[in-house]
Amino acid sequence: MLTLEHIAWDIPDGENIIQDISYTVGEGKLIVVTGPNGGGKTSLAKLIAGLEKPTSGRILFDGEDITDMDITGRAKKGIAYAFQQPVRFKGLLVRDLLDLAAGEKLTESKLCVLLEKVGLCAREYIGREINAGLSGGEMKRIEIATVLARKAKLSIFDEPEAGIDLWSFSKLVETFQDIQREQEGTLLIISHQERILEIADEIVVIAKGKVRTHGPKDEILPELLAGEKRAACPLEKK
Amino acid sequence: MNQITEQLLKEVSDYNGEFKGAYNIREDGGCVGRQSTEHIQIVSKEDGSGIEIHIAPQTKGEKVFIPACVTRSNVSDLVYNDFFVGEGADVTIVAGCGIHADNEGEAKHNGIHRFYLEKGARVLYQEKHLGTGKGKAFRRIDPVTDAYLKEDAYLEMDTVQLGGVDSTVRKTAAKLDARAKLIVRERIMTNGEDRAKTDFVVEMNGDDAAVDLISRSVARGNSYQEFDSVIKGNSRCHGHSECDAILVDQGRVLASPALEAANLDAELIHEAAIGKIAGEQIIKLQTLGLTEEEAQEMIISGFLK
Repeated sequence: MLTLEHIAWDIPDGENIIQDISYTVGEGKLIVVTGPNGGGKTSLAKLIAGLEKPTSGRILFDGEDITDMDITGRAKKGIAYAFQQPVRFKGLLVRDLLDLAAGEKLTESKLCVLLEKVGLCAREYIGREINAGLSGGEMKRIEIATVLARKAKLSIFDEPEAGIDLWSFSKLVETFQDIQREQEGTLLIISHQERILEIADEIVVIAKGKVRTHGPKDEILPELLAGEKRAACPLEKK
Repeated sequence: MNQITEQLLKEVSDYNGEFKGAYNIREDGGCVGRQSTEHIQIVSKEDGSGIEIHIAPQTKGEKVFIPACVTRSNVSDLVYNDFFVGEGADVTIVAGCGIHADNEGEAKHNGIHRFYLEKGARVLYQEKHLGTGKGKAFRRIDPVTDAYLKEDAYLEMDTVQLGGVDSTVRKTAAKLDARAKLIVRERIMTNGEDRAKTDFVVEMNGDDAAVDLISRSVARGNSYQEFDSVIKGNSRCHGHSECDAILVDQGRVLASPALEAANLDAELIHEAAIGKIAGEQIIKLQTLGLTEEEAQEMIISGFLK
């Protein structure tokens, strides 16, 4: 459903962040993208969601070339993106953002179901402003809820585990598994968490702006875990 | 009352054909409707300069409406409204002001409001300002508010001005006795060549008095806003002010917050931020399917809500 063809991306000062990535995401799959910090994972997510435009290469979504499509156009086509660093809005309420994401005025019971998936109680949160009064972990969970509310064809989550407590994280892993089981959409999750890697259909390792390796979880995960025990990072091997 | 007044009342004071509670409706400098209730008496001042609103002690849950409308050019309305709120009362005062003027000339409303809150009195004061009409007419609203809060009194002022007023100078002064609390939430949006100035002076004179002053504004077009505030802590007290402004187009904002502490235990804090809408906020809403323009409008309307 999503095909990346020879994607490259340079930042304005000329540094080459994404070198030459080609990869196809299958419909209904749960793909986990992992790799060392600074390797280009978030840049790749931004390129897919349209926050950045590739220097070269093509992006196809459901067979359509979306390389030159803007963020809004891609969102309307069914691409959702949960930011690594959620954005705060003075004045907008949690409920406002979730209604907007869902494209309808959500009932309290629907809001309850949605926020429960990220370990939040709707009654305590829907009337709160998305401002500095919310902690980092609360913001992160609300950000994830906005993407879940969209029920998009392709949902991208950038390090959803960051800043989330263990209990909420378990709920989130279950939610990802539900989406996977019910075939409710394709998931592309950037993560370093073993529990998320374990539920992947496929793992993609990105380092130095390239796909280092990719394949079914059963092939890639043992290699990654074995690498943890070595002195040198296996991802850095030539 | 005329049709323009009726329309303005719907906009500025949630009028739906009647007011439930005491009211005084002012149109082009005259009174076009008044009602007192058992606990809330509205009477004309002897010198004819305005009205007095007497709220009996322990009055609970009642509302008073005192909207003022100017419906044509070349009207300059000046009125004094004095509120005497009895001990232990707990009421809501709704004071919208609508100015309509077409063609040329100036339409102006000057409302001087004085609040005398006795011990333990609680007031929620809601005020919405709006200008409407076509042509080059100049619409001006210059409200003055003086508030005196005795021990344990509480005044919450919720003021909104979202468009159509060419010039406004809003002056608010308050003096607080022990444990009295003042909360002000001000929202202003200016556009075109509008000018808006707000000026707050709050004195806390009794121990454990508190003020929380929150101003949110949006300056669009070529408009200009000034925010001046002085919070004086003369006792053990807590003062906080927060001034946030969003600039759009060529809008300009000057914020001059001042704090003056004259007691070792006066805790005074000010926060201010002026700037354009953060790019990441627009991007986040775009990822939810809004266009850049829709995202901007949603951020502004949320900010001023």
